[in-house]
Amino acid sequence: MSKTTDASSFALRSAEDRHKVLNALGGGASRREVLGMLGALGAAGAFGSGLLGGLGTAFAAETPKKGGRIRVAGFSSSTADTLDPAKQALSTDYVRSTMFYNGLTSLDERMAPQLELAESIEHDGATVWTIKLRRGVQFHDGKTLTADDVVYSLNRHKDPAVGSKAKTLADQMEEIKATGPLEVTIRLTGPNADLPVILGTYHFKIVKDGTTDFTTAIGTGPFTCKEFQPGVRSIATRNGNFWKGVGPWLDEVEYFGISDNGARVNALLSGDVDLIAAIDPRSSRQVLGTDGFAIAETKWGNYTNLVMRMDQAPCNNPDFVLGMKYLFDRELMKKSVFRGFAEVANDQPLASSNRYYSPDIPQRPYDPEKAKFHLKKAGALDSTLQVVASAAAKSSVEMAVVLQQAAQKIGMKIDIKQVPADGYWSNYWMKVPVGFGNVNPRPTADILFNLFFKSDATWNESAWKDGRFDQLLAASRAETDEAKRTQMYHDMQLLIHENSGIGIPVFINNLDAHSSRLKGLRPMSSGGLMGYGFAEYVWLDT
Amino acid sequence: MNAVIWKLLLTRLATAAGTLLFVATTVFVITTMLPGDVAQEILGQNATPEAVAALRSAMGLDQPPLERFLSWLGGLMVGNPGVSLVNGLPVATLIGERLSNSLVLAAITAAVSVPVALLIGISSAMLRGSLYDRVVGAATIFVVSVPEFLVASLAVLVFAVKLHWLPALAQAPQGHDLLDLMRGLAMPIVTLSFVIVAQMARMTRAALIDTLSAPYIEMARLKGARPIRIVLTHALPNAIGPIANAVALSLSFLLGGVIIVETIFNYPGIAKLMVDGVATRDFPVVQACALIFCAGYLLLVMLADIAAILSNPRLRHQ
Repeated sequence: MSKTTDASSFALRSAEDRHKVLNALGGGASRREVLGMLGALGAAGAFGSGLLGGLGTAFAAETPKKGGRIRVAGFSSSTADTLDPAKQALSTDYVRSTMFYNGLTSLDERMAPQLELAESIEHDGATVWTIKLRRGVQFHDGKTLTADDVVYSLNRHKDPAVGSKAKTLADQMEEIKATGPLEVTIRLTGPNADLPVILGTYHFKIVKDGTTDFTTAIGTGPFTCKEFQPGVRSIATRNGNFWKGVGPWLDEVEYFGISDNGARVNALLSGDVDLIAAIDPRSSRQVLGTDGFAIAETKWGNYTNLVMRMDQAPCNNPDFVLGMKYLFDRELMKKSVFRGFAEVANDQPLASSNRYYSPDIPQRPYDPEKAKFHLKKAGALDSTLQVVASAAAKSSVEMAVVLQQAAQKIGMKIDIKQVPADGYWSNYWMKVPVGFGNVNPRPTADILFNLFFKSDATWNESAWKDGRFDQLLAASRAETDEAKRTQMYHDMQLLIHENSGIGIPVFINNLDAHSSRLKGLRPMSSGGLMGYGFAEYVWLDT
Repeated sequence: MNAVIWKLLLTRLATAAGTLLFVATTVFVITTMLPGDVAQEILGQNATPEAVAALRSAMGLDQPPLERFLSWLGGLMVGNPGVSLVNGLPVATLIGERLSNSLVLAAITAAVSVPVALLIGISSAMLRGSLYDRVVGAATIFVVSVPEFLVASLAVLVFAVKLHWLPALAQAPQGHDLLDLMRGLAMPIVTLSFVIVAQMARMTRAALIDTLSAPYIEMARLKGARPIRIVLTHALPNAIGPIANAVALSLSFLLGGVIIVETIFNYPGIAKLMVDGVATRDFPVVQACALIFCAGYLLLVMLADIAAILSNPRLRHQ
């Protein structure tokens, strides 16, 4: 298993450091000079293929200070905001559910499960799972956590009337029952070694037995809910009775959404808020150019991909698909479209932050000669190719332009058809022969592969059918030997890289911005804002 | 109050009821025609046919549209606008605070912009053709043509980000003292005033110039009345009708048309609530918002008409 350090997967940059480096780059400094400069600045980090990709300051462990109040702005907010873990849809909800609730497990930096409300998890053939609960954990209203709460919380996902977003995942839990006051036994429909990961995802947070009213949140989490107005804001107050004994540090966290990127950045820079989620890479210079602010970069494996439908012409010709993959100028996309805040990808969906990422597959380069050879063989140079792009698939229009220019150099004409974001996913995605998709990382490789790459998957984006892949996928799910399982995932990544009809040029990093006095943010590959769980860990340096 | 006003009030109330019913029906028909429904929106990517069907029946969406509409209408008659399909909160609760937020913003903006607009309009009508009139005319055209998002963004950049004088976000009025409230709302109010002042000022100027060219004004002038007196006591009363209508039209924009300002300053008002409602296909919320906008518009126009009648001696003494 490959191992990445914190510093390389997540970079906390002080404005000053970044400014020096950016200026140096603007002034034509060579890679060597910049690396030297980083050394002088005391920056540590494993450098990836890009100059800025791994720039990070190793931060000494400081002692957190207690107290203070922060205001945080997410990037979306609507009346659909919910405190019901089952109904959560967006980062806004995940942030809140992580403040107020706990899961049986939680996911660490590498998306590996760590015990949270569970004290131990044992299994029999990955099918029957016995979970022992931590003793003496109290809900915000003083009730003690028992097995009934867990059974209720898990079972409600299976009730269609609840409208749970995790119903498909919960349906594999055939039977969930309390086998003791602090013991729950879950029997699955078939073996799945990933159950502890699934239980650590946002939807499976534990609520109190019998809860149907979610106008406020009564959980076991680090904060209690003082105020919640969907589409407006929430105010979380420190839970003085938090079972972990350590943290949270802040007295109060106010959280709301500002959907407009410019307004969000302005709110930070004017000092109205202390932390903002998901800024546009184009705003990074503005933030870094202002004293007292920093950017937190998270590599999490989100990607915008070229979708080539292999059941339609011209993509039913493997030469066409391969030619297009060689036509990606990945470095240029990373640099021009994402201002360096991206990671070059290799036409398979697991990013290097994933614990099953395969480092052994050779990087597919930008190779106009090979692209020309294959596309010519497929007869694609004679006619104009239409590529559908939309603002709905993040940055796809800009990526299409880079592709179009590369095509022009080998004498191929690409016509970019830009369509509106509204209705893109139902009207264009997976319907046009060549278009773009955007995929958020999933908690497990198994879920991602099952959703997007299995032959009969609902969103088999490129209509790719491979029996070997399906067999490996089924086998890996039941495999509890970690080494064998890793090998299987490596093989599957290779199959996707070689044969599937999707091209993934880069992984898009998430950028959060914050005031420099806010400390304690760490990278979590489950998403920005520390995997949406920042509230428990951050503190104010006054 | 005289008979004319009573008659107007009664007929206006009757047509208002009819208009509101028509609007409610239209909005309902359109929301049912929108692709996708609230069950699909809630389930998003997890919308398998079984899950959607189950959620629909749990929400009562499997009943025929007409039945749903009638039961919603029945609820409204007894003062219950229903429950949001998306988050289960009563629509009245959702709207309550946001409506008062919007009204606070609209009221302060009106209190600032109407006097300014009238002052500009009247003074430029009096000094028609002067340098002042031309400068003001060009300035109002310029201001009304600059999109409000640009005004708002520039204001934030200068006053919040660079100078740190004002907060970049407008907080909801609750729980803040007056000074905080004014600081927070200063930029939204100025932005909105930019949009409506220009319009009202130009209309006022046009209406007043129209009246000033009437023969009786010339008579007054020949009698030796001073310009101020001519305008304020002779011309203005006759121009109040059109001016009131222009003001009403501009102010009706302050309730539903401020989505851009609400977005940029993150102000929890009712326009954003309706946009959210449409995006999530939350029909009771959309309906309630549409009715409020419509009622606000009708009310303002009615007030303008009453003002016109009261200011016109011929109608007043009928």
